[in-house]
Amino acid sequence: MGNSLRVEGLCAGYGAVQVLDRISLVVKDGETVTLLGTNGNGKSTLMKCIMGIVPPSAGRISATVDGVEHDLAGRAPEQIVDLGIALVPEGRRLFPRLTVEENLLLGAYRRSARAAIARNLEFCFETFPVLAERRRQLAGSMSGGEQQMLTLARALMTAPKILLIDEPSVGLAPILVIHTIDKIRELKEGYGLTVLMAEQNFNQAIRIADRGYVIVHGRIEYEGASREDLANNELIHKLYMGL
Amino acid sequence: MSNKVFAFVALAVALALAAVTQLIPNEYFFTAAYTVLLFVILATAWNILGGYTGYVNFGSAAFFAIGAYTTVFFYNAFKAPLAVGIVAGTLVAGLAGLGLGYLTLRLRGVFFAIASLALAVVLYVFVVNWDYVGGARGAYVLQPREIPFGMPRYIHLIYSVQLLMAAFALVVARAIEKSTMGRGLAAIRDDELAAECSGVPTLRLKIFSTMVSCALMGMAGTTFPYYLSYIEPSSAFSLSYAVNSIAMPLIGGMMSWMGPLIGAVLLGTVQQVVQVTVSSAWNLLIVGVLLVLFVTLAPNGIMGWVDAWRRRKGR
Repeated sequence: MGNSLRVEGLCAGYGAVQVLDRISLVVKDGETVTLLGTNGNGKSTLMKCIMGIVPPSAGRISATVDGVEHDLAGRAPEQIVDLGIALVPEGRRLFPRLTVEENLLLGAYRRSARAAIARNLEFCFETFPVLAERRRQLAGSMSGGEQQMLTLARALMTAPKILLIDEPSVGLAPILVIHTIDKIRELKEGYGLTVLMAEQNFNQAIRIADRGYVIVHGRIEYEGASREDLANNELIHKLYMGL
Repeated sequence: MSNKVFAFVALAVALALAAVTQLIPNEYFFTAAYTVLLFVILATAWNILGGYTGYVNFGSAAFFAIGAYTTVFFYNAFKAPLAVGIVAGTLVAGLAGLGLGYLTLRLRGVFFAIASLALAVVLYVFVVNWDYVGGARGAYVLQPREIPFGMPRYIHLIYSVQLLMAAFALVVARAIEKSTMGRGLAAIRDDELAAECSGVPTLRLKIFSTMVSCALMGMAGTTFPYYLSYIEPSSAFSLSYAVNSIAMPLIGGMMSWMGPLIGAVLLGTVQQVVQVTVSSAWNLLIVGVLLVLFVTLAPNGIMGWVDAWRRRKGR
């Protein structure tokens, strides 16, 4: 059973501003692919296009879930979630005035996800014990690291096959970044997920990535076929280390 | 408490209140209480969209007036009784809400607020120039001579009707709040993007809550032409409806159905008392001062205090 994602010649923008310029990328079954690039290069916009939140102006996005290929064009976000694709949005976007448990239950809003709600909730509490302790607490009153765990757990409640993660390290202390990245690897292996992760923190991202793309000004400037490829690439040296 | 039980309790309370208050000899009580109940419905209705979903509607007066003028229209056209006006006014206001929602809710945040304000202005001009419902002169709607249930005056009847409608509005608001949909609305309010990522059908929920909210606001207005037997545009579109329907939930608390009820009863009663003892010109000033006080001292309203107190006690 294959779960994969394919983006071909994708263009998108906001009004007159073009953000994505003919982006093409592939995430194959069971892979962790990272999307590298500094702020304002279009990583989040690409994620939002895949989820149907930002409409593309050209190009094609398709996803194969359990061996069945779906064209994502023109689908509403909730329909894309229904297919088994979930996005962990950037910046720990929670429902701060709802409790931890309510946040998790909202992840299972779709009817397809509601069926497995008890089992998924149990999985989430097993993976993130801290959330079980705080289930009645308001989400907005937790620490940054705990909030990031909750956004990951909420995405898992949708029972995804393909998980998109947008900048999991943003605004977290270095030790928590390491912890978060480790958790993502653990989840990926535990649930057999296919993962596309946008990240600025190059060193952390390639710890768990099988391969990656470098996006600069809305274009894919480099495609690294392996971890080593990315680590030795000149463009990355220039972008990240100023060399 | 399940929805059915709550509906039963609300109905029982409304009926009991209606029955007991019939004994009050002072007629002014009914005039004042009618107005307070009108605000209970408006505030409860506004809160479904404004409080639960987080979309501010500045056009409450427009939907209130749609309800009122639908009654006038059916009265003029068919001499239709009050019941027809109530049903028709609620439906027409709901449809108007559906239209407004469909046109504006694809855009986020402030666009809806601006559009709702614009709708109120456009409708006002429309009604002023529509002679069939009285235009700028206003229209007379005669109270029927026969008053059911042996009530002494017609105001007793529409007060009782308003009481039942307030109970109905509260039942609807509470049912939405406690449902899965209510949780979806809360998600939209807290973070719309995160709601979309979680698979909450945001557009559908927003349009639905707009429709229900606007329908109930219209319902509040349907009895209004009978209240004074006369209606004219500037009273139907009065600024006080728009301001109060925002201020009352804000003061009572916007997270639950009880907030608008408390806010409306409190603020509505204070306004009625001041109107008699001081001057009606003070009404909006009082709302303004209370609003400033609450926004600075208790941003989550009276129910916010209660919740915080409960949480402290629970620990």
